[in-house]
Amino acid sequence: MSSNTDAIRDLAQQEYKWGFVTNVSEDRIPKGLNEDVIRLISAKKSEPEFMLDWRLKAYRHWETLEKSHAEPKWANVHYSPIDYQDMIYYAAPKQKPNLQSLDDVDPEILRTYEKLGIPLQEQKMLAGVAVDAVFDSVSVGTTFKAKLAEAGVIFCSFSEAVQKHPELVRKYLGTVVPYTDNFFATLNSAVFSDGSFVYVPKGVRCPMELSTYFRINAAETGQFERTLIVADEGASVSYLEGCTAPIRDENQLHAAVVELIALGDAQIKYSTVQNWYPGDKNGKGGIYNFVTKRGACRGKNSKISWTQVETGSAITWKYPSCILQGDNSVGEFYSVALTNNYQQADTGTKMIHIGKNTRSTIVSKGISAGHGQNTYRGQVKIMKEATGARNYTQCDSLLIGEQCGAHTFPYIEVKNATARMEHEASTSKIGEDQLFYLRQRGLKTEDAVSMIVNGFCKRVFRELPMEFAVEAQKLLSVSLEGSVG
Amino acid sequence: MATATQAIENYAESFRGFEQSAASHDLLWLRQLRQSGFARFGETGFPTTRDEDWRFTSLAAIAQIPFRLARNGHGPLSRNQIDCFRIPGVACQLVFVDGRFSPELSSSGQLPEGVEVASLAAQIARDPGAIEPHLGRHLDLQRDPFCALNTAFLEDGAYVRIRKGVVLGEPIHLLFVSAAHDAPTVCHPRNLIVAEENSQATILEEYVSTGSGATLCNTATELVAGDHAVVSHYMIEREHNQACNISTLRIQQGRSADVSSHSVLAGGALVRNNVHPVLAGEGGECLINGLFIGGGRQHLDNYMLVEHARPHCASRQFYNGILGGHAHGVFHGRIIVHKDAQKTDARQTNRNLLLSDTAQIDTKPQLEIYADDVKCTHGATIGQIDEEALFYLRSRGVDLASARRLLLLAFAGECLDRMKPGPVRVHIEKLIHDSLAQIAHVSHDVPLAPQEAALGEPR
Repeated sequence: MSSNTDAIRDLAQQEYKWGFVTNVSEDRIPKGLNEDVIRLISAKKSEPEFMLDWRLKAYRHWETLEKSHAEPKWANVHYSPIDYQDMIYYAAPKQKPNLQSLDDVDPEILRTYEKLGIPLQEQKMLAGVAVDAVFDSVSVGTTFKAKLAEAGVIFCSFSEAVQKHPELVRKYLGTVVPYTDNFFATLNSAVFSDGSFVYVPKGVRCPMELSTYFRINAAETGQFERTLIVADEGASVSYLEGCTAPIRDENQLHAAVVELIALGDAQIKYSTVQNWYPGDKNGKGGIYNFVTKRGACRGKNSKISWTQVETGSAITWKYPSCILQGDNSVGEFYSVALTNNYQQADTGTKMIHIGKNTRSTIVSKGISAGHGQNTYRGQVKIMKEATGARNYTQCDSLLIGEQCGAHTFPYIEVKNATARMEHEASTSKIGEDQLFYLRQRGLKTEDAVSMIVNGFCKRVFRELPMEFAVEAQKLLSVSLEGSVG
Repeated sequence: MATATQAIENYAESFRGFEQSAASHDLLWLRQLRQSGFARFGETGFPTTRDEDWRFTSLAAIAQIPFRLARNGHGPLSRNQIDCFRIPGVACQLVFVDGRFSPELSSSGQLPEGVEVASLAAQIARDPGAIEPHLGRHLDLQRDPFCALNTAFLEDGAYVRIRKGVVLGEPIHLLFVSAAHDAPTVCHPRNLIVAEENSQATILEEYVSTGSGATLCNTATELVAGDHAVVSHYMIEREHNQACNISTLRIQQGRSADVSSHSVLAGGALVRNNVHPVLAGEGGECLINGLFIGGGRQHLDNYMLVEHARPHCASRQFYNGILGGHAHGVFHGRIIVHKDAQKTDARQTNRNLLLSDTAQIDTKPQLEIYADDVKCTHGATIGQIDEEALFYLRSRGVDLASARRLLLLAFAGECLDRMKPGPVRVHIEKLIHDSLAQIAHVSHDVPLAPQEAALGEPR
């Protein structure tokens, strides 16, 4: 057994494949955070008055939070305090003004994407995916615009949306995640640099999967993106988000906010593959991923579905949630979270049932290896008016190795007698007999482990769009090195 | 905030008075134990809903009511008043009135050799050396302010010791009575149960009240089960609807010890039952079985923390809840598997029935696992009485109320089935019957389906 373990360990100690630094001259502002920085960010993006006001309100609120030490401490993760004044809050690659086409994009950046395996052009043709690539904080290339515009879909960077569709931004921004929501969401509201904006008009089925690749590049910059997706009545959209980040020794903070709004009969599917730099095998470096993601099913029969594959980041703190306001609305959450080496993940979801006959499904698969600590934290709340609400929750954990931990903290609060609630959870290690079975059929231990883990996660992978499912499986086999206990 | 500090000040005042006059205050270790308890309580005060462990239970009422320590100010109860609480077939019955042992009301019975059952105060006075190694050694003062408070006011309670290899067939009945008072009173009974190697025993703690008026009973029990000991512990809460009851059962299990804790919460206004077993020896087994039946405005909080500290242990938790009226139930189950507790097998199940729209349940089944070779599962369900089952019964001529009661009995019966046959189980079965009859009756306010409402009750 030990030789197999060694083989796996070798695999485990594989260096982070996506770690490289692109030398692009950057447009930076000085370290630190104060009102002037907020004004500067807003000015740089030539934002309208209401945006600046909103940012300032958020900043002032954040100041009071910071003074009262309101940074959330309840999550089951441990890290040294973050110095918010020792960070750069805006970094955009210096670019030639008015990019007309991809040819105008810095070739250095394009090469980075190639290394990452995101062939912008190719994907455009082959996969039929429109990619709004965010490089650090500013959107550098948006494709397929014309095709989307034909359908009436607005898919652009957040800054562009602020310029071109201020009425939409104003109407929906902060209505799901208000700037007072939590410490990191407030920080994001004050300093967010860019992100994506999607608006799908009434009755339109978005003709293609929308996708964004985020990539943190400049050292010592926190990335604060903000995504807002609105599906108007009867509309439907599927949005993909994928991430990789290069090796850095200092911890980088990432505090994003994602807001989804589904009106009557609308559907939004939001998929994430997160593979940011997790730190080296001694737990040094890595991204702090403190994200607030929330969707509101505002109208009747609306549906929001979250799917996530979390393999990266030193610390993940993320709870994609659904507020099921409309009658018969549906919320879904499918998650695979993998922690290896010294990674820590505290992730889960919240399903708030407000409307009648609302349904929610939660399937969470946690895998811990090495010294990884993996926590599922979920809340299902059934309010008094939510007659006939239904929830099914399943959270399973797989343990690989003796030093890791897996924790489950579900909160179930029911205030209506007609609710039906089921919660199941299990924790176990990879079965010796399963391994033995596969090995005696000639599979190498690491292949066997990989196969078992992929089987364990299958229910979630099935929910991913095709191209992501393949990527996610590969990602798991690479990151899932751990060993067999 | 002012009221919180004031509440602590009230307790501080009564602690100063208590400390001087309490039994055996000349024992240094006991004095230190009490002081450390109060020091800890002074630091934390009463927990608030911001404390994770008390998230769903507000203690504002308890903190605000100026409870006075129940000393000996009330008229004695007569044996007649107690007779209705006697259970046939028990080995002995110890009666405690407001936390103090009452020899007149108790019946000691004929105990076999090797079984010591006495009042804790008397035992400390008689043989402090035998008490010191166990008392206060296991209860976690840091985690729970109520345990700290109990330790501060530690004076009397039950002391049970089963000597090595002794098997006691009949149950020991510990009856805690809250008597009627003019002013709100508080008592802090403290029990110590030591079951030595290879011994077997059944212990029933029952909380009842004879009068009305606000009372707070903050009890703590330390149960030490030696290697290979088999202990069944039962806890019944059926005080009146103004009583607050906070109870903690801390179990320390030795190698291959088999302990089962059964709790039935049926009475009281605000009830919190903590069960905290630590499986500290290899091969230990622990069963935690609970049933809570709430109606009216009752608040029933079940908190358990199962710690697997050594390998090859198994634990099972089963809790069923039935809630009607405006009752609020809480289930908080937590399993912690420590680093070297390999081959742990832990299960946790919480099932709840809500009978009315105003009843509420919050459940929080948690797993915290630091070892890899384990098998842990938990599950929770919340639902109502199955309409089809009701229909089946009614189509066979059973009226709605009886049909509901039958189905509730079956649901509660799951918990009953896990108890060993004997006088305690018979007693509990009767209790469940009574509470369910009450709840099924009261829960008639549950809106009937429209067609049923139109038809009315079938004749």
